[in-house]
Amino acid sequence: MSRSRNLSAAALLLALTGPAQAGHFGLGRPALPEEVAAWNLDVAPDGVGLPEGSGSVEDGEEIFSANCAVCHGEFAEGVGNYPKLAGGEGTLDRDDPLKTVGSYWPYLSTVWDYVHRSMPFGAAQVLTVDEVYAVTAYILYSNYLVDEDFVLSNENFLEVEMPNADGFIVDDRETTELPRFSQPPCMTDCKPEVEITMRAAVLDVTPDEGQ
Amino acid sequence: MTDRPGAPTRRGFLKAGLAGGGALVAGGAAAQEPDPLITEKQPWAQMWGDGVDATPYGMPIEYESDVIRRNVGWLTADTISSVNFSPIHALDGTITPQGCAFERHHSGAIDLPKEDYRLMINGLVETPLVFTYADLERFPRVNHTYFLECAANSGMEWAGAQLNGAQFTHGMIHNMEYSGVPLRMLLEEAGVKPEGKWVYVEGADASSNGRSIPLDKALDDCLVAFKANGEALRKEHGYPVRLCVPGWEGNMWIKWLRRVEVTTEAVESREETSKYTDTLADGTSRKWTWVMDAKSVITSPSPQSPITHGPGPLVITGLAWSGRGAISRVDVSRDGGKSWQTARLAQPGQNMALSRFYLDIDWDGSEMLLQSRAMDETGYVQPTKNALREIRGLNSIYHNNGIQTWWVKANGEAENVEVS
Repeated sequence: MSRSRNLSAAALLLALTGPAQAGHFGLGRPALPEEVAAWNLDVAPDGVGLPEGSGSVEDGEEIFSANCAVCHGEFAEGVGNYPKLAGGEGTLDRDDPLKTVGSYWPYLSTVWDYVHRSMPFGAAQVLTVDEVYAVTAYILYSNYLVDEDFVLSNENFLEVEMPNADGFIVDDRETTELPRFSQPPCMTDCKPEVEITMRAAVLDVTPDEGQ
Repeated sequence: MTDRPGAPTRRGFLKAGLAGGGALVAGGAAAQEPDPLITEKQPWAQMWGDGVDATPYGMPIEYESDVIRRNVGWLTADTISSVNFSPIHALDGTITPQGCAFERHHSGAIDLPKEDYRLMINGLVETPLVFTYADLERFPRVNHTYFLECAANSGMEWAGAQLNGAQFTHGMIHNMEYSGVPLRMLLEEAGVKPEGKWVYVEGADASSNGRSIPLDKALDDCLVAFKANGEALRKEHGYPVRLCVPGWEGNMWIKWLRRVEVTTEAVESREETSKYTDTLADGTSRKWTWVMDAKSVITSPSPQSPITHGPGPLVITGLAWSGRGAISRVDVSRDGGKSWQTARLAQPGQNMALSRFYLDIDWDGSEMLLQSRAMDETGYVQPTKNALREIRGLNSIYHNNGIQTWWVKANGEAENVEVS
């Protein structure tokens, strides 16, 4: 994050004037600002770590078509088993929810960060900062979250509202499950009848030996 | 078969196989005629075996060729961001052999030599640091045995019985003895600032697999490991350095660990928003479900490990584990949960590591609905799948620790089933 980039520069000055103060063992060496900048790419929900730049839906469509559509489809609808990036609104409480950027992802920062660092699959870290803004804008457009003339930048990034931003709760097993599952278990006469209700052999989707 | 001296001949092998088959049927009954494996001199009792220079680093003997990792093609779009399964149905004890311990990659198993390895500590620290691999080996070292269970282990079984074998239903797990440096030491070397509340950890691979971990956990028992089961990590398990996050979902055990960043807030990366969040029936989703709850599975008999010896003494065995502490007890049912017997733990339960259990029975040849139920030292009792579904619905994907049922038939075959 850019916040810590400044810190690391200050720390470097300190380190150059003497041995690292905090360390007990004196192992390792201070990281140079260029090194931290090269690896410290993550972007947080509050936008910390976003570099300056911008990209339009229009540019994003072209970049997406050339770099992404072969797996994710021209409209981010997905090809084969590859992830669908758009669609699925209102399906999260259904039998077979479709979880996409539009229907599920809580933060736009994650889209920018993940595309920038890890996409395209097999050739990651090839998109420029402006290209990542453009692709992110196009994914928003594919999810009907912005208009076709939208331009995304580090300035307006936090203004985009993600539909499922409030869809997550912190792990609540301590209250919803632990009390129920921490009772002394039944040992005898636990139920009168037992019936087989489902069989894997009937479904028959297990790979054969030797496959 | 080869022609090397001492190798059994094909004829000898076939004969041995037939004799073995006969012995299986005979069980404890008296021999009708002398066993040629005893009465005839066998080649291995006369000629040489292999020299000590034949195998500088050995593989299992060919007769164990079925004890391998397996994958399920339809699960994922490709084999690069995918998973395979440990052959737990065929293993015993608790230590998983590294060569068949499951893999889960998001952009493949990368090749990262020690010379090219760098670990960076940055963010809210006094001095951001870079370590080489050689630096890490100079820190005081510890050894711990932990299980690593994928958050998605048994995930395909949420909607019902799907895959027919413990390897496939429960094999996204391994258990190794790790040697390495406490993450705490590396963070102390850099000096964590008071405003630091989280660490963000990422790998050197293209997926990066970045995850946020609360600083408390990072300073408690997280381990920067470079040896497993005595030797260097396997390439596919993060060579040369991975993170161990004891008791927590496998996704957080960052392989090819390259950076630890101290932050004020969680990064909310792809692997903790889009993935590794657990959707409940009402459409809301749990996030940060880090701990793997108490769980167990009978590994034999099981669909891939049927009973072949007929009625009589039978070893029922399996594995139990909990991310909340040590396993204190495992109960086994033969009647689908109507009644339970407490099994025998091979060793006292170890903190956040696999435990092996046994129940030795005299099988009368009748059908069984086998189940195991783990308890950990906190008093948590492994729930049924239906008890979990009542709370979570069917779409959680992750964290399925429900009780597994094997239907053992009169012929000794076993099948993955669900029961009422």
